[in-house]
Amino acid sequence: MAVTRQDVLHIAELARLGVDGARADELTKELSAILAHMEVLSQIDTTSVPATAGVGTEGTPLRPDVGESPLMERTLESFAPVMRDGFFIVPRLATHEDSAESGA
Amino acid sequence: MIVENFKNLGAAAIASSVHAGDASPSDMIRASFQRAREIGAGPDALNIFLHSDEGASLEEADRARERLERAPDSGTLAGVPVAIKDNIASLGLPTTCGSRILAGYVSPFEATAVTRLRANGALIVAKTNMDEFAMGSSTENSAYGPTRNPHDVRCVPGGSSGGSAAAVAAGITPIALGSETGGSVRQPAAFCGVVGVKPTYGRVSRYGLVAFASSLDQIGVLGRTVDDAALALEAIAGFDRLDSTSSDAKVPIYRLSALGGTAPDPQSPDNEAIRLGRSPVPLPPPPGATTLRGVIIGKPKEYFPDSLDASTRDLCERALDRFRSMGATIRNISLPRSPLAIPVYYILAPAEASSNLARFDGVRYGLRVDPAKGLKAMYEATRSQGFGPEVTRRVLLGTYVLSAGYYDAYYKKAQAVRTLIADDFRSVFASGVHAIFTPTTPTPAFPVGAISDPYEMYLNDIFTVTANLAGVPAISVPIGRVRHLPVGGQIITAHFDEYAMFRVAYALEAGLGAEAHQ
Repeated sequence: MAVTRQDVLHIAELARLGVDGARADELTKELSAILAHMEVLSQIDTTSVPATAGVGTEGTPLRPDVGESPLMERTLESFAPVMRDGFFIVPRLATHEDSAESGA
Repeated sequence: MIVENFKNLGAAAIASSVHAGDASPSDMIRASFQRAREIGAGPDALNIFLHSDEGASLEEADRARERLERAPDSGTLAGVPVAIKDNIASLGLPTTCGSRILAGYVSPFEATAVTRLRANGALIVAKTNMDEFAMGSSTENSAYGPTRNPHDVRCVPGGSSGGSAAAVAAGITPIALGSETGGSVRQPAAFCGVVGVKPTYGRVSRYGLVAFASSLDQIGVLGRTVDDAALALEAIAGFDRLDSTSSDAKVPIYRLSALGGTAPDPQSPDNEAIRLGRSPVPLPPPPGATTLRGVIIGKPKEYFPDSLDASTRDLCERALDRFRSMGATIRNISLPRSPLAIPVYYILAPAEASSNLARFDGVRYGLRVDPAKGLKAMYEATRSQGFGPEVTRRVLLGTYVLSAGYYDAYYKKAQAVRTLIADDFRSVFASGVHAIFTPTTPTPAFPVGAISDPYEMYLNDIFTVTANLAGVPAISVPIGRVRHLPVGGQIITAHFDEYAMFRVAYALEAGLGAEAHQ
């Protein structure tokens, strides 16, 4: 099935990727071409075939349910873009900014 | 001291001369960096290194020398310089995954595989170039420019572990770490004329490997010879409590040299295991570099299509003849669902990537681009400026196949067909086949810029990706050249049977001798 330009803009928003108009057109063609090669799978009967999510042969082993400190040789402050008082600082949610503006 | 002939020394030979006191770890580091300068490992030539610090490596070598003075026989990799792919976390040098979004990022912890290399005496010389987040088959997708193939600078080295393969091929380090999701160690190994191993899923800890597609990712090794690769895998394999998918299956000794057989590298001492105080694991049958009596090797018809490059086919047939002359039986087999592997892989891997790469959001580490228009705008600006075109394409593809309305048709379907592909391998190995032999790639290395269509690039993985989907181990070994470009042959074995994989690989290397590089 062909991907539409609207699809590309929708999934770009879901993936938090800014995609401009020209790039959206390119991606529409590229993704449609790639997905056309996937259509062959629809011809395979998998009615009673279980899905494989992982290939570990022994399952996931259990360990004692005890938390451990991460093995960090450097502090978060040394690589986080913005930190203050042990917290990561993020920009305001746009909705909050709108509220602030409308209330002003 | 200048180490003579460094570029041709195997890892075992280096460790042996360091143990014997004939050379120091510092000598090896100086020789490695000297070779890197000679060959042009920097960004203005082959562009193999993304990060290196000779001073820091020499300091590490001094500490290694002090440890050796306290315990002279310690470390199977004593003084061996190694290169590490830039998506494997290391203390001291940046870990950028070949991406702008992690430019300058230095990890606060280290990958278990790197820690184990260091514990065995290895010395880190560089982080190597790669396709951004390991998404690519040519190393052209690096944000820091393409790596060039040491055999022909007009050509790609393969990818995504192209920098690591080129470092080994150029004689800068005898071994290197790479990572695999769909063939990213074996394909560049084939293009660069070196040995590349993808272990069984779970054999090597993924702790510290930056996640791309977690159900497929594995750290692998590259070596100049089979013995180098076996030595390196022994050092990093085994259970790790920091990776819940790592296996506690016992790790055998893979090296023929350590088991008393004859390794093809004449500089590898046969009595190394005895001298280092390690007991060989008693695994039948007894090893021999040139004996494959009783071994059944499968030749799957799907991997030798009419469209296969004729010269590559001829070199594979020569390798199969060598197997026969060493006593192996070649059996024609079928892995009927293998032609479906590329569509399956390019649904599952992008789907997992779209989730794994959500963490790169400008909040906890890496790049932040903030246009001061709120949180969502910061996310979008950071990710669109931080990720390159191929990563963007795959994240969008993964988001699409996981989205409502398409999940069953693509993602769930691909998971079911993955089961069928793995079943094909189980059936073949259950029928008595010990190893499967195929070409590693459909063609030798191609020129930089020659492939612009994304799906055409994806087809480079057509012979390697099945082993990732099934989780089985595989190795690429040089089997000759087409004109001046190397060609690799692939040996695949059953889950956790790296021992048989190495045994057949040793035999092939010995059987071909100098022809492997002609």
